[in-house]
Amino acid sequence: MTGRKLIMDFPVTATSHLLPDYQARGGYQALRRVLTSLKPEDVTKEVTASGMLGHGGAAFPVGRKWAVIKLDDGQPHYLCANADEGEPGTFKDRWILEHSPHLLLESMLITCYALQVRNCFVYIRGEFDQPYRRLQAAVEEAYAAGYFGENVLGTGFACDIVVYRGAGSYVCGEASALITSIEGKKGYPRNRPPRLTVRGLYQRPTVINNVETLSNVAIIMRMGAEEFRKVGKPKSPGTQLVSISGHVNRPGVYEVEYGYPLDKFIYEDCGGVLGGKGLKCIIPGGISTKVMTAKDIEGVAYDHKAMEAAGSQVGSGGMVVIAEGTCMVRLLHVMLRFYHHESCGQCTPCREGMGWMHRIIERIVKGDGRPGDIDALVRISNANDGTTICGMGDAAGFATVGIIAKYRDEFEYYIANKRSKCEGRLEVAEVADA
Amino acid sequence: MNAPNLPSMKHLQPEFEALKKRYPAGFDSSLTLPCLRRIQEVRGFVADQDIDWLVEYLGVPRVQIEEVLTYYTQFRRQPVGRWHLQTCRNVSCSMRGAERLIDHLSRKLGVKVGETTADGRFTLSVVECLGSCGTAPVVMVNDTYHENMDAAKIDALLGELK
Repeated sequence: MTGRKLIMDFPVTATSHLLPDYQARGGYQALRRVLTSLKPEDVTKEVTASGMLGHGGAAFPVGRKWAVIKLDDGQPHYLCANADEGEPGTFKDRWILEHSPHLLLESMLITCYALQVRNCFVYIRGEFDQPYRRLQAAVEEAYAAGYFGENVLGTGFACDIVVYRGAGSYVCGEASALITSIEGKKGYPRNRPPRLTVRGLYQRPTVINNVETLSNVAIIMRMGAEEFRKVGKPKSPGTQLVSISGHVNRPGVYEVEYGYPLDKFIYEDCGGVLGGKGLKCIIPGGISTKVMTAKDIEGVAYDHKAMEAAGSQVGSGGMVVIAEGTCMVRLLHVMLRFYHHESCGQCTPCREGMGWMHRIIERIVKGDGRPGDIDALVRISNANDGTTICGMGDAAGFATVGIIAKYRDEFEYYIANKRSKCEGRLEVAEVADA
Repeated sequence: MNAPNLPSMKHLQPEFEALKKRYPAGFDSSLTLPCLRRIQEVRGFVADQDIDWLVEYLGVPRVQIEEVLTYYTQFRRQPVGRWHLQTCRNVSCSMRGAERLIDHLSRKLGVKVGETTADGRFTLSVVECLGSCGTAPVVMVNDTYHENMDAAKIDALLGELK
């Protein structure tokens, strides 16, 4: 067990994602109570008091983002749920979309009331077919039950929702690119200021939260902020959905209470490393977070503060387990190929830098690496940092610098000997050969 | 340029009108992606005449549609095989055998990545992270994910796809 459960607190069955089952679990009662007995600002107060941090990767305090919206500014406001789950290693929001879509919808309705939003959106990545079908079916169930539309539950509150499908773009998971995509354009990120909470979708104040973040809103309103804060750690209240993959015996999505021991989670709850191998390292929260070696994770609690103290982050909760014997040079090659492919091309340092880094790692992997290539990778990473509109260029740099800092010897060996110190392995040998 | 005698997609207009009702009024530009996606679902790709029609129907600049079509990797301007095999090769899939799987598919189908078999049945592509890392490796066949794949499973699957 990985601590208390708030989201994955019911058995998944053939019908557990449908409206009647959700209602039987107490679903939509919080919405009714909010609409009939609370003022919009009471909801924001409660969510702020919960201390919840965003679950998309940046861990920004949710209440602080919401507080920027002025209810009496006479403008339309918009809410977007970010379901463009594309950070490699991350597949946790998919669990909510497939198994608890009504939790997201109830939470979005409550949030729309709090922020006085008439039109809200779920931006879901284009490849997610089953999650889209489940979510769209839930939307239709919710409309039919009177939870959306002109007069929600007869209270006079009006709200419409659109499930907007992306079409293959990692960058659209970045909030400003996401809204530009909803406007029907190519997904270029936008410069701040103005913040999106001041001028976002259609140039109006807009809140964009991750699916898991929003899904906690109904939970907070059910439990009350005070009870919610009793789960997790004081600076990291609640839980994190962790998606774990790679060389691990029991991959999947786990709900982990903040503060749970990280090593216990990997070695016991997830069954440890594939093929009985030793652990080399983990990528803790999406490939843009810095790797942690087996030693780094010893005795670390899984919460924001402790993960930062250990040199990395909770990030998106997308954890990748890497076994002893894996070639870190080839792994970085896979990552840099990805970043190069996904750079949107708007900012020069990222557009050119990703290409340079990809070409350098490619020649190292081919056995044509040159002295100075390692330093060049680090130099480009550092030079990119903070020079681009969105954080993608920075993220590629974090990943690169993180891996080189811990495994520089493998890169030096590869360049000097024109071959991998680990036989170029990405898979666990015993499992691949079986 | 596409062949001039392709069927029109204008029969989708009532569907698009229904879609508009859930959007805030006056932002028809937002329908660019949904309309293109739906057209591609029906036609298999987006043709020149579809762009002409959407410029007129949605009142958006032509360049905006052209940009969308080149920016997003899922949009196609040319048809693909009847079964589009998109194999993930990102971190978690590579760590669970994606490279061997791609080689196997390439050998078995007799095509390189990006090519279509001579009979028009299969197109082989590689993609970056499908968000299914816990069930790696993953092959997306048209819209459907096939998870925990290996050579034997993919062979069985190919046999079913006529």
